[in-house]
Amino acid sequence: MIAAVDAGDTAWMLAATALVLLMTPALGLFYCGLVREKNTLNTFMMSLAALAVATVAWALVGYSLAFDEGNGFVGGLDHALLQGVGFEPREGSTIPHLLFMAFQATFCIVTVALVSGAVVERMRFGAFLVFAGLWSIAVYAVLAHWAFGGGWLMENGTLDFAGGVAVEMGSGFSALAAALVVGARKDHGRQALLPHNAVYVLVGAGLLWFGWFGFNGGSGFSTGNAGVLAFVNTLLAPACTLVAWFALDLLRGRQVTAIGAATAIIVGCVAITPAGGYVSPGWAMALGALAALPSYAVIVWRPRTRVDETLDVLAAHGTAGLTGILFIGFFAQRSWNGVADGLVYGDAGTLLWQVVAAVVTPAYAFGATYLLLRLVGGLMPLRASDRDQALGMDVVQHGEEAYASGEGAILIGPDGAVEKRVLVPEPA
Amino acid sequence: MGNLGQRANDPHSPRRKTPRRTHEEDERVKLVTAIVRPEKANDVLEALYRAEVRGISISRVQGHGGELDAVETYRGTTVKMTLADKVRFEIAVSEPFVEPTIQALCEGARTGEVGDGKIFVVPLERVVRIRTGETDDLAVTPVGA
Repeated sequence: MIAAVDAGDTAWMLAATALVLLMTPALGLFYCGLVREKNTLNTFMMSLAALAVATVAWALVGYSLAFDEGNGFVGGLDHALLQGVGFEPREGSTIPHLLFMAFQATFCIVTVALVSGAVVERMRFGAFLVFAGLWSIAVYAVLAHWAFGGGWLMENGTLDFAGGVAVEMGSGFSALAAALVVGARKDHGRQALLPHNAVYVLVGAGLLWFGWFGFNGGSGFSTGNAGVLAFVNTLLAPACTLVAWFALDLLRGRQVTAIGAATAIIVGCVAITPAGGYVSPGWAMALGALAALPSYAVIVWRPRTRVDETLDVLAAHGTAGLTGILFIGFFAQRSWNGVADGLVYGDAGTLLWQVVAAVVTPAYAFGATYLLLRLVGGLMPLRASDRDQALGMDVVQHGEEAYASGEGAILIGPDGAVEKRVLVPEPA
Repeated sequence: MGNLGQRANDPHSPRRKTPRRTHEEDERVKLVTAIVRPEKANDVLEALYRAEVRGISISRVQGHGGELDAVETYRGTTVKMTLADKVRFEIAVSEPFVEPTIQALCEGARTGEVGDGKIFVVPLERVVRIRTGETDDLAVTPVGA
């Protein structure tokens, strides 16, 4: 049965798509505040690169591999180049197929941008562009097919409302692999590498939360109950994570930190992402508070290792997404979601497939990303040299500075008075 | 800073090598100014710490020291950046500390490429520690040393 296009649903989904798109530049702001001044633009540009590369890859093949029928592992190519994606509603929804595709594209974009957090301040921009395009196809589209596009997890009943599998665990565990393959920054573990603008981080986190209302609220693809529930839960859960994070900060250091608070907003939004449309508002609040614990633990633990997973994508996204996915298995409630009960409400089968998703997704994301980056690394260098890292990625990779004073800058005429673009001479 | 107390009794400390002399002779205080790459500033601080040089001021400056200029483009505007970011260290030390300070600065700041910076040493007419009114080498001797 193919339902007709519904005006109200379409209107909301148009707005929701724009809200989710905003999350990518918001993430760029969040990330660039967390790095050093000399890498501000490069870090932001990695998010913008996702807007470019992931969108194109999505339209070419990514959407088809994720949402065409295909097999249980990956979709077919019937929608490659957006063939057959038009105004008629996609099966099972009341919005135009074309809009569905665009909404899903914004998810792919922000997920690619998330992974960049693991490799900022040292990965070469060109290598990142290649990696981003391939990753959106080989990792994101595959995981999206499993959880959303009729793949084997979805068929077996894994509940993932808005992307705990593909977006959160997918980015988090890929980030860990990326950090291992690309390697640590030059000064990691030797010098304190501190955030250069905490205000960017806070504004970025706020804009991400704002965009997340479209992300979760739009994942019901309608203005129906599930979307409303997810929308409200997106308000409640991160608020509880913030409160819990404040408490953890107070216990650990006697001070509530601003960057900790920004992190808590992300963790709360991530945790409620898979569960948004499946758990009651009360349980959403419990999930928000609970999700703070494992993510906080990973954030405290990670800097004591040699792994330079720079912006803690694993802790904020991988860990919190995993928490949310497992939480559904216990506390999903048919009286709220109309789909399935969790273990606490009498159905242990739900928990089983949540656990399967929580085991298989990290394994695939980590393994596929590791191999993909090894492949890209075989074709081109992944890392900037120590000297380039010292100068800063902004000047070296983009020929710009985030905070140029203009002092000492001499105009070069359009006739190209300076013939060679030499930055700093290479050592002889 | 834990080894400051030890150093007071250390016969090999550069400060204790020379017996006290008259002011006119060589209780002179020098100002060591170094211009270094910003990315080497932390290495310099570490080297100075190891050399037991205390009492440091740093500031961010811009300058030009013969290195090739970076070319940057902002939309249609292409510019040659003739001034590079540098960090300036200012360290007032008594005579026996001048050499260790210079060595630490070179060790910490050198990359071997053009643009590593300069060190300038000038004699100081007078130094006063504001809190106590101590002057000259007493004023640049770290508290507890």
